[in-house]
Amino acid sequence: MEIKALQEKSKLYRRNILKYIYNAKAGHTGGSLSVIDILNVLYNRIMNVSPENFDSNLRDRYVQSKGHCVEALYVVLADKGFFPEEDLLTLCKYQSPYIGHPTKKIRGIEQNTGGLGHGLSICCGNALMAKKDKSPVRVFTILGDGEMAEGSNWEAFMFAAHYKLDNLCAILDYNKLQITAPNAEVMGLEPLDKKLEAFGWAVRQIDGNDIEALTQTLESLPFEQGKPSFVIAHTTKGKGISYMENVLKWHHGVPTAEQYEMALTELN
Amino acid sequence: MNYTINKANLEVFSETLQSLAEQDSDIYVVTSDSRGSGKLVPYGQRFPEQIVEIGIAEQNLVGIAAGIASMGKKAFAVSPACFLTARALEQIKNDVCYSDNPVKLIGISAGVSYGALGSTHHSLHDYAVLRAINNITIVSPSDNFETEQTIRQAAEMTSPVYIRFGKKNMPDSLSGEAGRDFKIGKGRIIKEGKDLTFIATGEAVLPCAKAAEVLEKEHGISCTVVSMHTIKPLDSTLILNIAANGKPIITVEEHSVNGGLGEAVASLLFQNGSRNPFKIVGLPDDHTVSGSQVEIFEHYGISEKGLTNTVLTLTKS
Repeated sequence: MEIKALQEKSKLYRRNILKYIYNAKAGHTGGSLSVIDILNVLYNRIMNVSPENFDSNLRDRYVQSKGHCVEALYVVLADKGFFPEEDLLTLCKYQSPYIGHPTKKIRGIEQNTGGLGHGLSICCGNALMAKKDKSPVRVFTILGDGEMAEGSNWEAFMFAAHYKLDNLCAILDYNKLQITAPNAEVMGLEPLDKKLEAFGWAVRQIDGNDIEALTQTLESLPFEQGKPSFVIAHTTKGKGISYMENVLKWHHGVPTAEQYEMALTELN
Repeated sequence: MNYTINKANLEVFSETLQSLAEQDSDIYVVTSDSRGSGKLVPYGQRFPEQIVEIGIAEQNLVGIAAGIASMGKKAFAVSPACFLTARALEQIKNDVCYSDNPVKLIGISAGVSYGALGSTHHSLHDYAVLRAINNITIVSPSDNFETEQTIRQAAEMTSPVYIRFGKKNMPDSLSGEAGRDFKIGKGRIIKEGKDLTFIATGEAVLPCAKAAEVLEKEHGISCTVVSMHTIKPLDSTLILNIAANGKPIITVEEHSVNGGLGEAVASLLFQNGSRNPFKIVGLPDDHTVSGSQVEIFEHYGISEKGLTNTVLTLTKS
């Protein structure tokens, strides 16, 4: 998909994220809006995965480590045709399979996530097996900045470099805010690029809400032969809705009717 | 009973894996700096491409094993039971069981096998925590025969399984040449009797077999001994059939008395109206006494003498 079309997709996805969160009266609004451009580029430009090849061993794998931003993933998968979009009207409702974290009950989702610091280890297992099988499969995960404090992630950072998993790409949705306060106050990550480089990863820093930058960067994978790739994607929590941007309460805030209308106007 | 003490079940585990890997390039062993204690050095030498070293990082071990299994491989994640089922419990719950990745979790040197190394290295909680997690089978083989069968059947399982091994040399086959049938999920009567029943699991079956002999020879009490190698799903049909005679039942396990085999059997019996005299033998809810596995077993009555006394007390009252 071309850049212009991708940019239009992002607008559609933001409208849909808000639509279904507003309908469900639940969801992780701020993070879904920060991460959506990354998911858009992955699914519409980078990864070899679709409803048609989802049963093939040769599909690329995506595991969403920051599972709570599942609304963003659901709207992209619906748009790709994995399931009818109107199913999302049942989001978080009684007996709906569309729960508030990724679940394999939904076609298109690889792993059940939600506990933080789990996705990267699973991806390491996927990527190592793809290497052993000499398969072209590539493996992607998106991490949240809050979950970078989980020790299991750092175990996996060591492993991926040790086994030279250059078919693995981890992307950090670095919106700088977690549920309590800015990361810098809760548990600082910086200097993150140096830490990850010291752990043996090839690191790039980009504007993670810039479709063009995301496309260029992710099309140049692997950044270095023999090293796993890490994208520090600087994003804005609540991106695209002026009153939500960088405002802590929108971590899982749900808009009122009036706020919802205002948001749609901004996106149009 | 006719058996000879042979190898540690762990050794049989390793030999069985090698024999499976000869035919099957999808077998992967995943270890956390534990190939020595897991008796896997020969496996690693023969199949260097089918062993993945994680380093001492149990959470990563289980997450990666889930990722390996989700690529269609048969992943055996091998780590001391104490670390595997406590430190990596969230990975077991989410990445293996909830995500339904059919990893074979192998808890080595389980129970009090590490003896005097103390409670950091004991696993007396593993049955309890795993019983409360959906979508996992729990197996604790009692002898070399059950070990080999468990590993062969586990290799073909398409759902998660936890298998627990101690370190001590165990009988080749407690049931002798007879009764060579084994199926995960089906308890095995290794000795038939008429006065009472031991239902035991893992390395606690052997002392029951020994006590049963003493009780028969010296006290004229004839005991049934059941190897309940599978703790979940529990073989309720067998247990209720046994309970139907109304005779005493004693459960024996190398695990806390809280939440293990004993409480599983008690719950089954009580909810089905059975009111047999009943006793759970295991490790009490206390700081474990120091000593070797044998000494710890003796201390808490998981021994020929201790179990004989338990039976005599129970049948007298």
